[in-house]
Amino acid sequence: MTAESRTVTLNMGPQHPSTHGVLRVILELDGETVVKARPVIGYLHTGIEKTMESKLYYKALPATDRMDYLAPMSNNLGFCLAVEKLMDMDVPDKVKWARVCLAELTRVKSHLVWLGTHALDLGAMSMLLYTFRERESIIDVYEACGGQRMMTSYIRIGGLAHDLPRDFDKIVRRVLDQVPRGLRDYEDLLTKNEIFINRTKGVAVISAEDAIEYSLTGPMLRGSGVNYDVRKANPYSGYENFDFTVPLGKNGDAYDRYLIRLEEIRQSLKIIKQALDGMPEGPYRAHVPGVVLPPKEDVLYKMESMIFHFKIITEGFKAPEGGVYQAVEAPKGELGFYIAGDGSNTPRRVRVRPPSFVNLASLPKLVEGRLFSDVVCAIGSIDIVLGEVDR
Amino acid sequence: MLEIIVASTIKVVVVMAAVLTGCAYATYMERKVVGHLQHRIGPLYAGPYGLLQPIADAVKLMFKEDIVPDKVERATFALAPLIAFVPALLTFAVVPFGGDNTIFGYEIKMVLSDLNIGILFVFAITSLGVYGIVLAGWSSGSKYSLLGGIRSSAQMISYEVSYGLSIIGVLLIANTLSLRELVDRQASDSIWFFSNWYVFKQPLGCLLYVVCAIAETNRAPFDLPEAESELVAGYHTEYSSMRFAMFFIGEYANMLAVCAVGATLFFGGWQGPFVDSVPLLGIVWLVLKVFVFMFVYIWLRATFPRFRYDQLMNFGWKVLLPLALLNTMVTGLLVVQGVF
Repeated sequence: MTAESRTVTLNMGPQHPSTHGVLRVILELDGETVVKARPVIGYLHTGIEKTMESKLYYKALPATDRMDYLAPMSNNLGFCLAVEKLMDMDVPDKVKWARVCLAELTRVKSHLVWLGTHALDLGAMSMLLYTFRERESIIDVYEACGGQRMMTSYIRIGGLAHDLPRDFDKIVRRVLDQVPRGLRDYEDLLTKNEIFINRTKGVAVISAEDAIEYSLTGPMLRGSGVNYDVRKANPYSGYENFDFTVPLGKNGDAYDRYLIRLEEIRQSLKIIKQALDGMPEGPYRAHVPGVVLPPKEDVLYKMESMIFHFKIITEGFKAPEGGVYQAVEAPKGELGFYIAGDGSNTPRRVRVRPPSFVNLASLPKLVEGRLFSDVVCAIGSIDIVLGEVDR
Repeated sequence: MLEIIVASTIKVVVVMAAVLTGCAYATYMERKVVGHLQHRIGPLYAGPYGLLQPIADAVKLMFKEDIVPDKVERATFALAPLIAFVPALLTFAVVPFGGDNTIFGYEIKMVLSDLNIGILFVFAITSLGVYGIVLAGWSSGSKYSLLGGIRSSAQMISYEVSYGLSIIGVLLIANTLSLRELVDRQASDSIWFFSNWYVFKQPLGCLLYVVCAIAETNRAPFDLPEAESELVAGYHTEYSSMRFAMFFIGEYANMLAVCAVGATLFFGGWQGPFVDSVPLLGIVWLVLKVFVFMFVYIWLRATFPRFRYDQLMNFGWKVLLPLALLNTMVTGLLVVQGVF
């Protein structure tokens, strides 16, 4: 009798501890080796893009918070920049600086959660608690700014929701103080840890060519050594004024991506420091009557301002016809917003290019022929948020 | 005759109660220690300092519905937790926890059964535990459980060899298989009460024992059979209520057992300062040593990521086994040369 080789189909998810939400992966296993992997998405489909089409422009903004809920400010920023591009308006310097500062804080926050969950997937369970400790300080900044700890909606079309809090400088510097200390802890625990290196080095490898073929972005792409960062390639919101480097990997494996993300946290802290040091004085909203809300004092004492305020709140503003695409470097990669206006006060079409979704497509490439445990490592290493994958 | 039966029964009841309480408080200790290592506090609300938490957990598990999924092999499914649970407790039958004491005029040996092949018994019994896991994985009718069971059997077989070899050194030196005699050989009257502990003659053997013991009990970083991030809960995914609790207690009883055996083999068992003058002090020393071992277990769990299946195998066969063989060989040579 000859031994017959048969594969087992294992349905991983949508309820599974390490698929980072409701991702479902259909795995074909030969023993512990993955023969075929097929990610199935759609379990968290919330229709965000469609919802936005029926909303006034400024009312569509809170929906963006709920896409990548670990990096709400980056989503806000991308959407606002796209609408501002459509409306062809410019924002004051202070707004740009503050937005850069907040977007980089968001990057740090998102990477911290990534690090915690990725390490947890690999079995190092204390990391999650440590990274959440540092993340807390960033959430405190969010709370001080917009009053919300997660779904901030703080960055608005034409500026910010309110002026920066008075002690903004102080609380952000507290973050600058605390996160590097945490980073030292993480590095001590993981970077030279034999087991961690074994689990991540040479695992979930993707070559530079394949990474480009799959149109990966963010740390997934840079881990393979391709130098592409939207902040450098197409600077927005004044990124050209900041001095920072884009870390690159060599091997395109999970370990390189780990190192890159840690280095990105350091670079982000550097940018935040520059943004704080050079924070200009000035208004926190652009002066564009009929589009951006006027200052509150004017609303109380000036007739025109009050009318504008009333009109913007009730019927929004009308955007011209035409489509714009604006990309920002979100923590997970290039986050793009395509917005088509039709001359009315709601967009005709909003289409998001979500980095998680595009990066997730590379999962079969990363895991096929590898071991089952590597699937967990690969999913963690891609850094997906299902809210953004499904929208 | 009657006296022996009564005395043995009392001893069995006391030891079982002590071990089960030890298991319960091992879970409490684990949660507290891991909590503090992770900037948390751990259980706090059930009783003072959360001390009643294990009891609350037990009560909760007892009142949970016992869910038996449709596709299980019922008989095996019911049997597996017992197979995992009972051998873990049996180990304590041969672990000595004190010298001879006279209580109410009776001479009482502080060990349930002074087997002259005690250490072989320990190894035979602890190896049985794997059947519980394998059968649970197979009978659950779930692929996650099955993978957990397969991993577990492979892991156990790989580490059993080094596990057994790691203690050969001690046995060669001590020239006995009885745990009681092993403890006696490690006694010392000098002020350096630990000078005769075998850990100093067998440092490598001790290290190998600890590593293999962690793998044997499926604890982090070798906890692949129940790797929660991959296999959900591994072999006990489909278990609930008291059946799950049996696995749970079994795991902790197993840990306590290997800790107790480790303490006995390498750290002088119940030997310690003043054991001869103060009655029952030996128990305190043994418990203390066991919980120091436990602390190391928990510490490792909070620190290390998990191995991957193939790396675990490589590590077992390519690192631990050669080291264990080397240790055995060197010790054998030294014993022949009369160094020990």
